[in-house]
Amino acid sequence: MISIKNLHKKFGDLEVLKGIDADVQKGQAIVVIGPSGSGKTTFLRCLNTLETPTSGSVTIDEQTVDFSKSLSKKQIMAFRKQSAMVFQHYNLFPHMTALENVMEGPITVQKQDKKLARKKAEQLLTKVGLGEKINEYPFQLSGGQQQRVGIARALALEPKVMLFDEPTSALDPELVGEVLQVMKDLAAEGMTMVVVTHEMRFAKGVADEVLFMDEGRIIERGKPEDIFNHPKEERTQRFLNLIQKTDII
Amino acid sequence: MERLVDIAQSSFLPLIEATIQFTLPLSIISFIFGLVLAILTALARISTVKIFQIIARVYVSIIRGTPLLVQLFILFYGLPTLGITIDPFPAAVIGFSLNVGAYASEVIRAAILSIPKGQWEAADTIGMSYTQSLRRVILPQASRVSLPPLSNTFISLIKDTSLASLILVTEMFRVAQQIAATNYEFLLLYGQAALLYWVICFALSLVQGRLENRFDRYVSR
Repeated sequence: MISIKNLHKKFGDLEVLKGIDADVQKGQAIVVIGPSGSGKTTFLRCLNTLETPTSGSVTIDEQTVDFSKSLSKKQIMAFRKQSAMVFQHYNLFPHMTALENVMEGPITVQKQDKKLARKKAEQLLTKVGLGEKINEYPFQLSGGQQQRVGIARALALEPKVMLFDEPTSALDPELVGEVLQVMKDLAAEGMTMVVVTHEMRFAKGVADEVLFMDEGRIIERGKPEDIFNHPKEERTQRFLNLIQKTDII
Repeated sequence: MERLVDIAQSSFLPLIEATIQFTLPLSIISFIFGLVLAILTALARISTVKIFQIIARVYVSIIRGTPLLVQLFILFYGLPTLGITIDPFPAAVIGFSLNVGAYASEVIRAAILSIPKGQWEAADTIGMSYTQSLRRVILPQASRVSLPPLSNTFISLIKDTSLASLILVTEMFRVAQQIAATNYEFLLLYGQAALLYWVICFALSLVQGRLENRFDRYVSR
């Protein structure tokens, strides 16, 4: 479904991604972990061209974009349509209700029929457990509810791939579960997902594969039980040790 | 005393007429043109295209750096030297629009910049184009932020239209001057004019309050 080849990203002189190669099969949930500054968020943002990679290529569902060449806006827009993003800080549109947030993409961008879009948006919000809250504005919702609206907004675009950028990092601890549950359900339905997260339980329980990133490279990848129980690389071991220590505290 | 009441009564109608015929249309038309110009200027200022930035900067600098009255005089009394003759009312509209455009562009620019970057990104990821992002996401939020300062601009504009009397637009203040010139009751006529300006501005501040309430429905208080 996704194939990433030799992806590089530079911000000025700083090289944040130093050649990423990865493949994601259809229906897989991939979790990317790594210390802060490892480039995992930049990597995810490159898949949606929120950051334009400096070089390398990304293929999503047989549509390949080579970032070494100059790309037209049209090409970028077409490529972007393949995936949808869920943000750490939700980034809901504050001047729209939950329903309007979810309908916005289908109506404004995809020019869908309003009634149809509304019906679909209601279904999606019900699916994420917010059927009662469709007419609330974001400020009237808790963080967990806002993030679930964010997920519904992304799903409304009917993307082939869902990208999650630390979707629970800004949440109060007691609200993390409701968001993870929605993501878990999505994975079970066979949605192709790339998730950047610090939630190791989610990685262990839901991921088909875990990528460990550090200093702009993928250091190690494998099944969650292998990565968490017997990591091969020294850096992976160190990172997991640090995390487990803080878990005890 | 009776004479004063008579004068006040008989001058009231012409003053109102001039307000409806000239002061209000001049204010409203100039404000609308000015706002469009302001949005374009603000977008030019924040665009990544150097030449747009420069044009916008020069325009704002010229308008803000010279007196409004001088701008109006150049348009009405100066341009005929170059063979360009503009009637009083259109000359005033051009002058005031250019003025509002420059001042309001700074308000709008600040308002646009105050919208978090995440809003642009969210619009991007749902596939919106630049214009769609602006129209659906950024400007609706920016207009809430810029409502109080833009109301200020509008209120200033209404009072500034009195300057149009000096380029022969028979707006309300010019009519007051004309009447006062016949009966020498300067205090009375200018007082009436002042009162009328105040009433218009007061009504406008009520509208502003209502609009603010409307906009605030989506923010926590």
